Order: sequence, then C-alpha cells, then structure tokens
Amino acid sequence: MREGSTMNVLERDALDLLFTSLKERGFTLVGPTVRERAIVYDEMFSAADLPWGWTDRQEAGTYRLERRADDAAFGFTVGPHAWKRFLFPPVQSLFRAERSGSKMALRPAGPFAARYALIGVRACELAAIDRQDKVFLGGTYVDPVYRQRREGAFVVAVQCGQAGGTCFCASMGTGPRAGSGFDLALTEVLEDGRHWFLVEEGSERGTEVVATLPVRAATEEEIAAAGRAVERAEAEMGRTLDTEGLRELFLRNYENRHWDRVAERCLGCGNCTMVCPTCFCATVDDVTDLAGQAAERVRRWDSCFTIDFSYLHGGSVRSSIAARYRQWITHKLATWTDQFGAPGCVGCGRCITWCPVGIDLTEETRALRALDHGAPAAPQGGAS
Amino acid sequence: MPPRAKPKLAVWKFASCDGCQLSLLNCEAELLRLAGAVDIAYFPEASRAMAKGPYDVSLVEGSITTPHDAERIHQVRRASKLLITIGACATAGGIQALRNFKDVKDFIRAVYASPQYIDTLGKSTAIADHVRVDFELRGCPINKDQLLEVVTALLQGRKPATPPDSVCMECKRHGLVCVLVAHGTPCLGPVTHAGCGALCPVYHRGCYGCFGPKETPNTASLSRAWLGLGATEDDVVRAFRSFNAYAEPFRRESEAHERVQITE
Repeated sequence: MREGSTMNVLERDALDLLFTSLKERGFTLVGPTVRERAIVYDEMFSAADLPWGWTDRQEAGTYRLERRADDAAFGFTVGPHAWKRFLFPPVQSLFRAERSGSKMALRPAGPFAARYALIGVRACELAAIDRQDKVFLGGTYVDPVYRQRREGAFVVAVQCGQAGGTCFCASMGTGPRAGSGFDLALTEVLEDGRHWFLVEEGSERGTEVVATLPVRAATEEEIAAAGRAVERAEAEMGRTLDTEGLRELFLRNYENRHWDRVAERCLGCGNCTMVCPTCFCATVDDVTDLAGQAAERVRRWDSCFTIDFSYLHGGSVRSSIAARYRQWITHKLATWTDQFGAPGCVGCGRCITWCPVGIDLTEETRALRALDHGAPAAPQGGAS
Repeated sequence: MPPRAKPKLAVWKFASCDGCQLSLLNCEAELLRLAGAVDIAYFPEASRAMAKGPYDVSLVEGSITTPHDAERIHQVRRASKLLITIGACATAGGIQALRNFKDVKDFIRAVYASPQYIDTLGKSTAIADHVRVDFELRGCPINKDQLLEVVTALLQGRKPATPPDSVCMECKRHGLVCVLVAHGTPCLGPVTHAGCGALCPVYHRGCYGCFGPKETPNTASLSRAWLGLGATEDDVVRAFRSFNAYAEPFRRESEAHERVQITE
C-alpha cells in the first residue's frame, strides 16, 4: 500500500453509498455481476448487482460459477470480459460520408465520450489498461475513441483476496496488489464475523468521493488484516511463468517444431485474443447503402488468428495456424516489449481459461524452453 | 451521376427449401430500397413477371440433385454476368447431401411407391462443382443483412464484408459467455464460419454449424474437446453431418469418426 495514503474502513452495508455517490457524479456504473452462469462486467445499478456469495473455478479450457461459503462481493478472480470492452468498444462507427448532388460530406462519428465508473478493477487489469494506454494514447497517433472514454473513467480497484487457477500476475510483476492507477482501491475483509472494506484513495477525485461516505480511519490491525488477504492471493496463484530471457527465447525460436505441435490443438478461433485485456487489434469495414448515397467506416475487434488479418495483395502472410500462434505469443511475450516497453501479457490467465481446448501460454512457453537449444555460441576468434 | 439502366437481378431455385429466397423477401423495408436500386427481372417466388436474360446478378439457391438441374445450371451461368450462391445447399450441397454418404437407390425404394418415376443423381452437390461461382454466401438460411451487404457491395463494385473467421469472433464481440468453456456445452462455433451473429450462443445453445466451415478450421482438435466434454463418437458424426455435411472439412471429420465407430 502506498506510503502516506489515507486508509479508511467502509462497512459492508454502506458499500451501496459508494455506488450512489458515483451515480450522483454522473458516472455509469459497470462492474462484476452474474449473467449466463459467469461473472461478467456489465452495467450495474446498485451494490446489490455484485456477485455476493459467488466465485469461479477456473482451469485451462473450463470455467465454473460456484457458491462461496461466505457472502463476499469480490470473492472471485477475473471472468470472460475485460475492461477494454468499455474503453475500446468491440464495434465502433468511425465516420459517415454522404453524397448530395456532386458533393460529398464527411460526418465524423462521436463524440465517443462516456463516463464509466469501472468497479472492481484488479491489479492485473490496471496493468492491462496501462498497456492499452501506451498503445492508444502514446506516440503520434492518439485514438480519439479510447482517449475520450479513458479520460472519463473513474477507476475503483479491488485488491485480490484470492487467486484463480489460471492466474500468474505474480510472475508478470503486475499483481496481486494494486499500487497505483486507480481513484479508489477496496480490499474486502471477512474476518471474525465482520465484513468490511478497506478504502484506499488514489486520486483527488477518489478523496472527494470518500468524503461523501460514512467511513472511519482504519486501525493498524485493520490495515494488517487487509494485507493478509492479499498475501493469501499471492500464495494461491495457480500458474507461474519464468520470465528470465523470455524475449530472446522467442526471438531465437521462430523455427521450432513446437509451433506445429501447438497447431495440432489450436483452433485458430481467436478466443484468446478477444478475452485478452491488452490485445488491441481491429479492422475496418467500409459499408455503403444500396443507392450508393452514403458510406460508413466501422471498426471491429479483429484477431491475429484470422486468415484475413495478414491478408496482403496475393494472399495471407500467415496462412498456417502454427504461424498465427507463433505470431501471437511472440508478440505478447517478446516483441511487445520492443514496441511499448513492457510485455503484452499481464498474467490474468484469461487466454488459458477461455481457450476452448485449454492451450496454456505458460505451458507452451515451458515446452518451448525445453526444446530451446540456447543462445547461438558467440563467433570464435577473429579473422584467420 | 448520369442515369443508367438499373442492374437486372435474377433469383434461381435448385434443390432447396426456399428459406434463403425467403430471407430476401424478409428484407421488408430494405426490399423496397433494393427494388429501387435493381430491376428484379426474374424471381418466380415473388412475381409472375419474368423478364428474359441476360442478367447482371443471379442469386442461386439450392444444390444440384437431378440430371435436369445439372443442365439447367449451365444455362443460368451463361445468362448471368455475376453468379452468387446463397445458402448451405448451393455452397455445400445442403442437408440433402446426407444422401452422399449412402446409396440413394435404397432411399428411393424405401420412400416411393413407384421408384421407377424418380430420376435423381447419386449425390447432392454444390453449384461450384458444376459452374464457376463469383461469390458464395453462407448460411442455413443466409442472414438477410449479409445478403443485402453482398448485393450492395457488388452494385458499388467493392468486396462484400462477410468475414470468414469463426463464430467465436462474433460471440465475443457481443460479450456473450462461452457456452463451451463456462457451461460444458458442445459447440461448433470455433470451426464455423461467422455470419449468423452467434444466434445460438445468444440463447445459451451450442453452435450447430449452419454457416459451414470457417477458413482453416481445426475440426480434429474441436472433436477431441467434444469427446472430453462427454460427447460420443456418434454425437460428433451427427454434429458435422448436418446442413453442411458435404463441405470438405466437415465431411472428412464426420467420416473419420464414423470409422472409429465401425472399428469400435
């Protein structure tokens, strides 16, 4: 927890007042709720919409919603949705063009602004938002859709009290504790018959919201109890990934028989990229009306697993599934660092859980290491 | 733009249920706009007025199942600048291609009191097996929005936006929860061509593969996943053997599992 930040206690029954306060400030609340037998991120109207008493059990290729022994609100890990759905919408109109007589008028879409309060953002997800910030807001070309939505967002983080079966944020250095990047951070504590939240402020906006809530300053013991909850999560983490020399491992193994082995299982369906909280690829379709009087450019999420993704004149560059899997994992764990200064993987485990055939990025990396012949030997001696 | 003659559109029926043609009539408000943009010259299901060819665009529904139709499709091709197949029958042989896995004479003897009057081919085949096809629109039935997109795109001289990737891509963009991973429901989505808008997963059902195989489908891997979920070899055969049974990747997959059943 940050040095010098204010720690307060909010009782369980007062949690809804936080929701009310955010709504009064004009935010649309989005957060975890039970739907279709999973904990999804969707619009929420009150704290009653939280998945009280529900949890998830995750393994490679399986997810099951289950009852908890207690009635924790955030007693699960991460589900099928990532926050990118709200900041980088799956389908987005970019502009329209209309013809009248011999003239053509361009009508930009937008404004894209939305004021979301993201409720229950985990440490790995804060890292993912940070990765997407670098993609969409860094450099010369800023994405206006993402920028307007990101600037409008109020982030309520939740410190993980338990880890999932496919999580490995500790390996990626992104969690389980969220240190910054939020307006408020909650730690849910159920101990000794009490159920309360430690509220940590991360911004002035966060402090203003806390001022409207019936909180009291946390005691040393309460801060320690919240710390213990997060330590449990770190100890329970279901997966690990050895990041030592990761970039070089992938860069020297473009040619490796392992890629063909993965391709025997990989469906090329794109699910891993759709659920990944950092994957940012999209394509655009230009559509027209029947009369040829109006056109529209629509952006939609795309994936490096589709054949059209690498289509250039004459055909697709990555026609085999092996080439597409290699591209995805190499980008995620190696070349992303070259582009954006950190890996594209935050260790949330979604690609492992939501792969219909349970392909596990941590296992595939281990298997590649086992087949790796190491760095090529340095050239010997000088000119003879 | 200078006024020009409206393109002539024809709609042809071969062995089929008419559901794809009905998708065109189902366009309702857009149908009026379509009628404004093209001259619907030949569409017996909609109108008795039948103008002679040649036609700029022919939409072909249905598969080839009789010697007569095997001749007729060549006439349609000759009369058409662009020939677009609509639906699973025209692009893969349809549900009636189930005959291809058996001897059709046995069916004729079982069904008809006077089998000598029946003149049919041993296999139900796709239009592309007989003539050159300019564009194939998938689905059983086709999606009307995709049909309008194809006609609109061709009228404007651009490529239709009908991506050949998986149903999963549509499912995930909709924000649906994966029925296979979260419910253990066998689903053909990961090997099936997009276009339906993930219609069955919206209702928490597995995909039935109505749009046929996606590009580069890994049917063998998905079958292993199905067996892992408790499906039988017979379930796998039946899943791949429906509306798109004779689409090559689905045919090979069902035959592979049929062989397993026989050897078991």
